Amino acid sequence: MAEVSVLEAVHETLDEVLAADERVFLLGEDLEAGGVFRATDGLSAKYPGRVLDAPLAESSIIGITIGAAHYGQRPIAEIQFADFIHAGFDQLCSEASRWSWRTRGEQYLPMVVRTPWGGGVHGGQHHSQSIEAYYAHMPGIKVVAPSFPADYRSLLKAALADPNPVLFLEHKRTYRLIRQEVEGAPAEDRIGKSRITRRGDDLTVFAYGLMLHESLAAAEELAGEGIECTVVDLLTLNPLDQDTILEAARATGKVLIVHEDTLTGGLGGELAGIIAEHAFEDLDAPIRRLAGPDIPPMPFHEVMESAFMPDRTKIAAAARDLAAY
Amino acid sequence: MATVTMPQLGESVTEGTVLQWLKQPGDTVALDEPLCEIETEKVAAELPSPFEGTLGEILVPEGETVDVDAPLCTIEEVAASAPEPAPAAVAEPAGRETVPAAPVADNNRDGVYSPVVQRLAAKHDIDLAAIAGSGRGGRVTRKDVQALIDEREREAAAADGIPPAAAPLPLPDGEVVPPPEVATVAASDAYDVVPLSPTRRKIGENMARSTAEAPQAWMMVEADVSGLVDLRTRERERFVGVDLTYLPYFASTVAHTLTDFPELNARWHGDELRRYRRVNLGIAIATERGLVVPVVPNARDLSVAGLARRIDDLVARAHAGKLRIEDMEAGTFTVNNTGAFGSIASNPIVNHPQIGIVTMERVVRRPVVVEGDAIAIRSMMNIALSFDHRALDGAEAGAFLAALKERLEALG
Amino acid sequence: MTASQTRVPRSSEMLDDYLLSEEQLEAMYRYMLLSRRLEERMMTLNRQGRADFVIAGAGQEAAQVGAGMALKAGTDYAAPYYRDLGVMLVLGMTAREAMLNALGKLDDPNSFGRQMPSHWGSAKRRVLTQSSVVATQLVHAVGVALGAKMRNDPIVAFASCGEGSTSRGDFHEALNFAAIHKLPVIFFVENNGYAISERTEKEMPVPHVADRASAYGIQSAVVDGLDAIAVYQTVRPAVDQARRGAGPFLIEAKCFRMWAHSSDDDHRRYRPREELENWASRDPIALFRQRVEEDCLFPPEDLDAIESGVEVEVRAAAKWALDQPDPSPDDMFGFVYKEGDDG
Repeated sequence: MAEVSVLEAVHETLDEVLAADERVFLLGEDLEAGGVFRATDGLSAKYPGRVLDAPLAESSIIGITIGAAHYGQRPIAEIQFADFIHAGFDQLCSEASRWSWRTRGEQYLPMVVRTPWGGGVHGGQHHSQSIEAYYAHMPGIKVVAPSFPADYRSLLKAALADPNPVLFLEHKRTYRLIRQEVEGAPAEDRIGKSRITRRGDDLTVFAYGLMLHESLAAAEELAGEGIECTVVDLLTLNPLDQDTILEAARATGKVLIVHEDTLTGGLGGELAGIIAEHAFEDLDAPIRRLAGPDIPPMPFHEVMESAFMPDRTKIAAAARDLAAY
Repeated sequence: MATVTMPQLGESVTEGTVLQWLKQPGDTVALDEPLCEIETEKVAAELPSPFEGTLGEILVPEGETVDVDAPLCTIEEVAASAPEPAPAAVAEPAGRETVPAAPVADNNRDGVYSPVVQRLAAKHDIDLAAIAGSGRGGRVTRKDVQALIDEREREAAAADGIPPAAAPLPLPDGEVVPPPEVATVAASDAYDVVPLSPTRRKIGENMARSTAEAPQAWMMVEADVSGLVDLRTRERERFVGVDLTYLPYFASTVAHTLTDFPELNARWHGDELRRYRRVNLGIAIATERGLVVPVVPNARDLSVAGLARRIDDLVARAHAGKLRIEDMEAGTFTVNNTGAFGSIASNPIVNHPQIGIVTMERVVRRPVVVEGDAIAIRSMMNIALSFDHRALDGAEAGAFLAALKERLEALG
Repeated sequence: MTASQTRVPRSSEMLDDYLLSEEQLEAMYRYMLLSRRLEERMMTLNRQGRADFVIAGAGQEAAQVGAGMALKAGTDYAAPYYRDLGVMLVLGMTAREAMLNALGKLDDPNSFGRQMPSHWGSAKRRVLTQSSVVATQLVHAVGVALGAKMRNDPIVAFASCGEGSTSRGDFHEALNFAAIHKLPVIFFVENNGYAISERTEKEMPVPHVADRASAYGIQSAVVDGLDAIAVYQTVRPAVDQARRGAGPFLIEAKCFRMWAHSSDDDHRRYRPREELENWASRDPIALFRQRVEEDCLFPPEDLDAIESGVEVEVRAAAKWALDQPDPSPDDMFGFVYKEGDDG
């Protein structure tokens, strides 16, 4: 069985869900030509009329997705780069997130918004950003950010089956970089669950997306030095899997949270809050966050970009420091 | 000598393929003149030479795919005599790169301990001042305290003659099951905490869901399987490579009985019950990792021999951890061979969203009253059925069990 | 005036194809009156301190009822805006439900006390839940129409808004997408001359919202929003042709906002005195009554019977609603996420 990349996993799953359910359709920019990352390559010809090019207008891409989902279709919107999703912020946060709440579930939205996010691709300020914290703040939207191809497959299907709006974040640096033998690989099919990917008793690392892979690489390096890490793949960023987060934090008492999003107001603060609130008596060191610095966006030049982003070396250094505490 | 490398053509692209070299070694190359054609997953394009000079060596033959930044060829630059500028010193972005730059503050003070250290010390009556800490600056860590607790526990246990908690568990027949291979991540003096494996957790969730959601009723009948015992003894030799157990016979009988009772070959989906035309029979298998229930699709269409091979294959792969997702899907009814554990009566939990599960208990030879009020030694077996009472009632379930019993007793 | 735009004649020149029966005309009057009397009662409750907030459509009833009656209730989808009590009544909302909504009661079928009053929504009446963010609903209606078109369902999506909403990007995006895909959407703009306090000339430099339609390549019409019959006769053909696949239609009804923006607003601070003093001459209900009497659209003696029936209904509904249970603190929880699997 061949290995599958993140992009192939996304493409195959879109193909599969389009074949399985007539109600599924895709809406986004450049989709008919296959999309700028080729995630919808060939699908327009295979499913005529169900892969739709949208005008360059993110608010309506999401708003139309809301209407179609309300009507009973199963739309999957694509925002070409997460950096541009904020034009649809109102539609996602002021409308989609509360459709069920304000009607006590009489009206609901089985819709998915896919979008590539994250840095490490020399994309500069508007092709590299982490946008998850804005949306994970909003109850009513589920935010999913897988790391491995098998989880991309199972969670994209779970997102489509979910009767709520799901923001499905695809880390673009991992699209072709991360490959996995998916057969027999663990595949989480429940939104709202995190996975302890590696167990060790010196410290616990929380990450998602590209940073999860960097954290695993760092953990491997540290194991050679006798420092054993528990590594948690968060998978879902809202709602958070508090049980697994606390279990993993308690297991070592030392917590390192990694994200490429900027520090202040990033998801790390929420994780740290949960752990400090509920696992205080199990902590053996201050909770640490390794995150992008508080400058507005990711810088373009690779020297600055790599200085901005956490990576395995920085993670290992922070982990060593924490383990020694 | 300058080196031309594979450019990153497109965000997310990690590699590229050289389609064709447009210049050969020795050719003069102008600045921006196409050197070769390359293709990535996103685009195909000519590579304009970043240097002016003569093509030296081609490092990647046509058709070969290399990573981004891999060297493609060398170019002897026209201005090679000019001294190369010293590489620009990349300023150490100390203190201003990825947050946080500062290490964890070294704020160790005598008598100040972390929350977990204080909690453990209070619980186990430990004098922290007496511990030489292994943390930075001699700080007492959780692991330091835990090590002391573990040591005390071992000493106490040795004094009491209690074996260590994680010793292998001997089974009645002398076989030894090793303890599960999971790391113990936390412990107290009274117990070990065994973190749940994903399988264990999944089993737990499924069981809890089934019992929480489905009101389950149970009934049991007893069958005289003396004929089956004889039949299996006779046929056992004919099966090469498969150890013929009672399970395939039982599975076959269940599958055929379900044909007459489609109301049990069904799945509960919220506001509807789906009755299936095919019998996809789940077979409960106990493995070292926990219980798994792979499915024999279309079990009714298989012979006993076919079922035996199919089940044997599932069992082998279950133990090897090589079951595929599709092996586990779409079951419509489940069979559990609890007799293998020596059980004579069990109360199984329905494998939700299926609505029925039947167990075959251990075959026991014992005296029973037979026709004409005589007493004979017969091979007897209990069959237990749990079912989702939302989907059907006792009358239907009882009729199914009676039919199953009749078919089983007719074997041989 | 652009080429694609048509002016519709006053209803005295009723179009033969879209004649209204006496029964329909009586219903039209009844809906308009019910809307007005309910809003008057709500405002009274507000001034008594028993209703926290009122945002009304008084003065726009002809536009709302005329347009609402052009739809197939229970079949067509509606994404109305907060002034559209008249549309909601035509689509089946009862006086009792309107009062529950005004009081934020637990049993308000629109949002169960979770939203401010007049934020409509009803799954069974095919009314999309709406927020206070203006113009977002126009895009939702486009999505509904897209879904319907993909399934070949013969429904029309009706989206209404005030002219203030047409300044937002979503107005443009909705018209543009609906036009590209020829979707069955009726965009109905109730132009009452004010976005809270901003007069139309501060909102747009062209005289009519409908002037914008030609840029999207869609048909449009301007109609007298004080004339319920004219509105019906404009909207109904647009609905019919959209249902047949002719694409979207933009209709602008020129209305008059009789009251302040909301119960929290005092429009005397920004509206000319003579405009407010003369409002009675532009009251669509009085105008309709006058037409009935002059042209004998139905027996004029029925007017009083309808009037007294509505009075009784509204008083009873208010009294009843006041006694209905309020939400408890716990009623804010639940349904943040729709439970279950909707695969």
